[in-house]
Amino acid sequence: MNTTGAPVHTTVDYLLGLGDDALVAAQRLGEWVTAAPELEEDVALANIALDQLGAARLLLSYAGELEGVGRDEDALAFLRTDREYRNCLLVELPNGDFAMTMAKLLFLSAYQLPLYTALSGCADERLAAIAGKARKEVAYHLDHAGLWTVRLGDGTEESHRRMRAAVEELWPYTGELFVADPAAPVDPAGLRAAFLANVEPVLETATLPRPADGWGPTGGRAGLHTEHLSYLLAEMQVLHRAHPGARW
Amino acid sequence: MTAPGEGRAGWPLWEVFVRARRGLSHTHVGSLHAPDAELALRNARDLYTRRQEGVSIWVVPAGAITASSPDEKDAFFEPSADKVYRHPTFYPVPDGAAHL
Repeated sequence: MNTTGAPVHTTVDYLLGLGDDALVAAQRLGEWVTAAPELEEDVALANIALDQLGAARLLLSYAGELEGVGRDEDALAFLRTDREYRNCLLVELPNGDFAMTMAKLLFLSAYQLPLYTALSGCADERLAAIAGKARKEVAYHLDHAGLWTVRLGDGTEESHRRMRAAVEELWPYTGELFVADPAAPVDPAGLRAAFLANVEPVLETATLPRPADGWGPTGGRAGLHTEHLSYLLAEMQVLHRAHPGARW
Repeated sequence: MTAPGEGRAGWPLWEVFVRARRGLSHTHVGSLHAPDAELALRNARDLYTRRQEGVSIWVVPAGAITASSPDEKDAFFEPSADKVYRHPTFYPVPDGAAHL
């Protein structure tokens, strides 16, 4: 079941976690197409969605091959239920307003950047190659989300209020990203310092207080999701489930 | 920031010039709306370069560009070939300056 040269600690579940984060984030960003505040922002969000989808395809394809029971990227994306999805809770939350979407993207990319950077040097060459490609894209996502967080936080009274509410509402969901997993190719627990180094200066420039740490919901990596994921999957999977085995 | 209903008023027009990775000079490729130079640059990267590596982008607020007027075209660009007095051809070229 293991490919030659791949270290044993790259598990299917670990790859699904990475791939599902990217896939669900792409699906949410795709919902913005034609609905963004400005034409240029519409293009930017679609671009970011496409980057995430591209990473998801590579990761899920690899997960399917590693699993070795014949599931390809489409089978993994369209024929798993919410209990079989391994994404973090953060990415499945609804888009909300533009501030909420930017806060989600800020937290996700601030986590993915050090993650992919570390993975691009890991012993699993295929995973390292995927991460090396995705890392450059994610650096752009972080830059984009950071710019908007600053603009909204340091913008009008109303945009400040919304950006602050978004950051405070989503902050608890970032805890799940750094739950220790010593068996993983990169232990998420070691990424939190880099995450904070990416996020805190942005919040400070945006004149937003950094929310206090406290209890945060977890469960995404174990398939225990919020009530939002099954609706997202219903929409994403409806055609594939109506015509199983069809080619397109 | 743009107030609701203000439309594109807070989003001025920017002109975009791109030099391709192996290109010699920046070429005007189009325009876009953006609230400031930083976002204009990022939007230009998405819209006009697909984030290729090794390209150089210039963005300029459209208001900063002064264009020659089409109405004055004749005066501006009239060929001066018929104005012989503009051409320094009324003296012999000295010997030894063959490539003047």
